[in-house]
Amino acid sequence: MQFLWAFIIGGLICVIGQLMMDLFKMTPAHTMSTLVVAGAVADGLGWYDPLVKFAGAGASVPITSFGSSLVHGALSELQRDGWIGVVTGIFEVTSAGISAAIIFSFIAALFVRPRG
Amino acid sequence: MPANTKNRGTGFKIDSLTPEEYKSISKKHSPSRSTFKNCVSAFVVGGLICLIGQAIQRAFMSWFDMTVKEAGNPTVAVLIIISVILTSFGVYDKIAQWAGAGTAVPVTGFANSMCSAALEHKAEGYVLGVGANMFKLAGSVIVFGTVAAFVVGLVYAIFGIQGVHQP
Repeated sequence: MQFLWAFIIGGLICVIGQLMMDLFKMTPAHTMSTLVVAGAVADGLGWYDPLVKFAGAGASVPITSFGSSLVHGALSELQRDGWIGVVTGIFEVTSAGISAAIIFSFIAALFVRPRG
Repeated sequence: MPANTKNRGTGFKIDSLTPEEYKSISKKHSPSRSTFKNCVSAFVVGGLICLIGQAIQRAFMSWFDMTVKEAGNPTVAVLIIISVILTSFGVYDKIAQWAGAGTAVPVTGFANSMCSAALEHKAEGYVLGVGANMFKLAGSVIVFGTVAAFVVGLVYAIFGIQGVHQP
């Protein structure tokens, strides 16, 4: 059942992105930045966790979850270490995604000949 | 330059285009896909990518006995590897042309923007090309995400709203 909701919610978030690009003529960079901020704010309000619980990867794969993970990292270190945690914790959860993207993109650049 | 500004064959002067004329001409030549069609393909492709993510997450959970939370990070990493491989072979950009936001919004689009920027600037060298340009598009996402997370964290630190949030 969660597979169906992953498909529907994930698809709907992509439709929101598409509408922003088509109707408001936003560039992909503007769209992605807006979605990330939206994800961070939604997580701050406590709305994103229920969505992830409900839709699984449908909520954790779109870029909005990147913003939500940044907030998660900041808040969990805030609880543990106090004030300074807001800065030190931001990349705690998203490290895997960013590191993987950097490392594999670099490896690709080493071995792959650009096309087009 | 001035000798070539007049387009002989078609008989209109490029200098004399008003913004309105330019708009109508550019509208005529830009692809005429409707917003509805774009949304349908974005929905299907974006949904499928999330479905693949859900399957990978389920695999991590059943093979390595991970909880939903633990499986999140490796799932994203696997999706990123797949996206980088597809970008390297030029497949991802072909799908992206058709799917629009369906491929841009999932985390695979984030990896695709980094990988394609790295490949595109490889010719300028590893430091000035690959290193300096990798975050050309992804950088704005990280900057705004970080600033937003900082502001949210600050609000929590100042007002101490506990209970709403269980990290």
